[in-house]
Formats: sequence, structure tokens, C-alpha cells
Amino acid sequence: MAVCKSKLTKKVVTIIGSILLVVLVGIQFVPTKPNLSEIVPETDFMVINSVPKTIQNKLQVSCYDCHSNNTEYPWYNKIQPIAWILEDHVVQGKEELNFNEWGNYSARRKNSKLKSIISQIEDDEMPLFSYTIVHGDAKLSEEDKKEIIKYLTQVKKDL
Amino acid sequence: MGKLKVTTSIMAIAFVTLMATSCKDAKKEHSTTDGHHSEMGSGENHHDEGMDMPHDGSLESKSMMGDGQKSSKSDMLVANYLELKDALVEDNQNAASKAGGKMVMAFNNFDISSYASKQQEELKDIIEDGKEHAEHIAESPIEHQREHFDVLSIDLIDLIAITGTEKTLYQDFCPMYNNNKGAQWLSATKEIKNPYYGSKMMTCGSVQKQIN
Repeated sequence: MAVCKSKLTKKVVTIIGSILLVVLVGIQFVPTKPNLSEIVPETDFMVINSVPKTIQNKLQVSCYDCHSNNTEYPWYNKIQPIAWILEDHVVQGKEELNFNEWGNYSARRKNSKLKSIISQIEDDEMPLFSYTIVHGDAKLSEEDKKEIIKYLTQVKKDL
Repeated sequence: MGKLKVTTSIMAIAFVTLMATSCKDAKKEHSTTDGHHSEMGSGENHHDEGMDMPHDGSLESKSMMGDGQKSSKSDMLVANYLELKDALVEDNQNAASKAGGKMVMAFNNFDISSYASKQQEELKDIIEDGKEHAEHIAESPIEHQREHFDVLSIDLIDLIAITGTEKTLYQDFCPMYNNNKGAQWLSATKEIKNPYYGSKMMTCGSVQKQIN
């Protein structure tokens, strides 16, 4: 009885396993739309504000992949479903905040965005943990955070 | 036995894959509900086509959004805002989140067409900003709700300055919030009940001015 049951289980497992394998291979052929642009528009945050070089680099590395029109993709973006997850993050990220569109935001919205950026960095909610775990260089140290927040607070004041 | 091992590991990989993709879908549904009225050919909505309507609260909010009456008056917004304010006074994250969702709808249903073009521009800006804060309030822990409520309050004060309101409102000020920079809020009663600190500091603040 027990042998019979384990045989049946084995069969079921094999069938399910094969189906899932087919799905996994199949989804590799679903295309994604990459977020790439070589143009830095006049409305970009860095163009509009005179951002110190060190902060420019940090924003570029830690924020721009999801919050601008140009993502520097890692190699594993070629693998599904990772590419989907990344695409989703970028779409959502740009919806919330797009540094390339900074100049198109009204003063009211700039103020709101800056407040949120500062609060998210302060609380370690951004950059996302799932992002920094694979992008070690995107992680902001306490000093980086302080420096960026100080700068952004000044930008907010000057609005 | 080796075969079983291989199959199991394939299954494990596939399972993770499926989890990841379904996770993505759930998120998508969410953002569709939020962006229902504001989507302007963003080009990303094709993901949602043919997807079943979510069978949870968002279905309800979706249909309610469709049925909502367009209005050029601030009544609905003010009513929902006061509901949100009361929820924060009571330290009730859940109620605040619901009121935030209602405000998103009220912003969507706000009709600016009867205003002069310059006012329309300003109203559009306020609505866009306020809606974003309301959206975040609908899905954040209470401390974040309060942060967004701070800016949302300014949005609403500015909106009422244009549209007016039939209600008598009190513009209150809490000097401590925001690292002592202070924050405003609107209330329908003269008595101070602080939405930024709730039960921690219920009576902190003062009336700045009376509207109507």
C-alpha cells in the first residue's frame, strides 16, 4: 500500500514538475520593454539644481535606476521572471518620482516629493532593500544619508 | 531516487518563479485601482487587459469610483478629510487608511470646469498633489499617514481658499510636529484635538483662524 502510494506521488510530482519546467522555459520568451534613454532632458533634477558632484554620483547610483528614464541593467535582467520584477519596480518607481521630469513638477509637488524623498531615506525605506542586496554600491551609509538629506532639505527650503 | 531529486528541485525553482510573478500581478492590480482616473496612455496598462477584477475591497472602490457624482463643491473632500483627521486623532490607522481611499475618490470626482482658467490650473496642481498624499495614506503605517496628512492639510487649506466651503472650519496649528517646524490642520470643532500626536498629546496646538 505504502509503496503504491509513493509511486503515485512520484508520478504526480514528475508531471507537475514537467509542467512547471515548461512554464519556466516558456516565460523566457516573453519580452519586456527596457527603460533606456540616452538623453538627459533639461527638466532633469541635476540640470535644474546645481547638485554637488558627490551627491550627483550617489543619486545616480542609488536612485536613478528606478527613478529616471534610464536604467543600468544588470546581466540577470535577461532572465525571466527577474526582468518582470525589475520592470515593475521601474514602472512604479517612475510613477512616484522621475528625476528626469523634475522641472515639470510644480513647486507644490516638488515640495511634496522632496519631503517624501527625505523621509524615505531617513527611514531606510529607500533605496529598497531588495535592490541594495544585489547592488552593494547603491547602499547609502549613515554619512551619505546625512549629506544627501542636508542637501535636499536646502533645496526644499529654496523652493 | 536521483530523478525525484531533480524533479523536486525543478519544482522548487518553478514555485519561486510562480510566486514572484503572482506577486507582481497583485501589485499591478493595486496600482490600477489607484490610477483609475489618471492613467493617460502610460503604455504600461496592457498588463492589466483581460485580467479578472480583483475580488476584494478594491472591486468595491472601483465601482464606487465610477458611480461617484462629479462635483465642483468641496463638501465631499472636506467631509472625507475630517473623517481622516478624526481617525488620526484616535490613532486609528485602519480608519485613516479608509478615509484616505475616500479622499482619492473625492479628488477624482472633483470637477474644476466651472472655475476660471487660472484657478483651474492651481486646482489641478492641488488635486494632483493631494491625491498622491491620499493614496499613500490609504496604504501606509500611521506615522507615514501623519507625514502625508501634514502636506495634504496644506493642499486642502489652499483648495478651500479657492473653492470656499459652506462649513465652519477651524484652522489649527501644532507647533511641535515636524521637528518643531509645526503643522496645520483643519477641524470642524473649536476644541483642539491633535491629529499629529493623537492620544500622546491630544490638546497640543491652537486655533489659527476660523473659516466662515
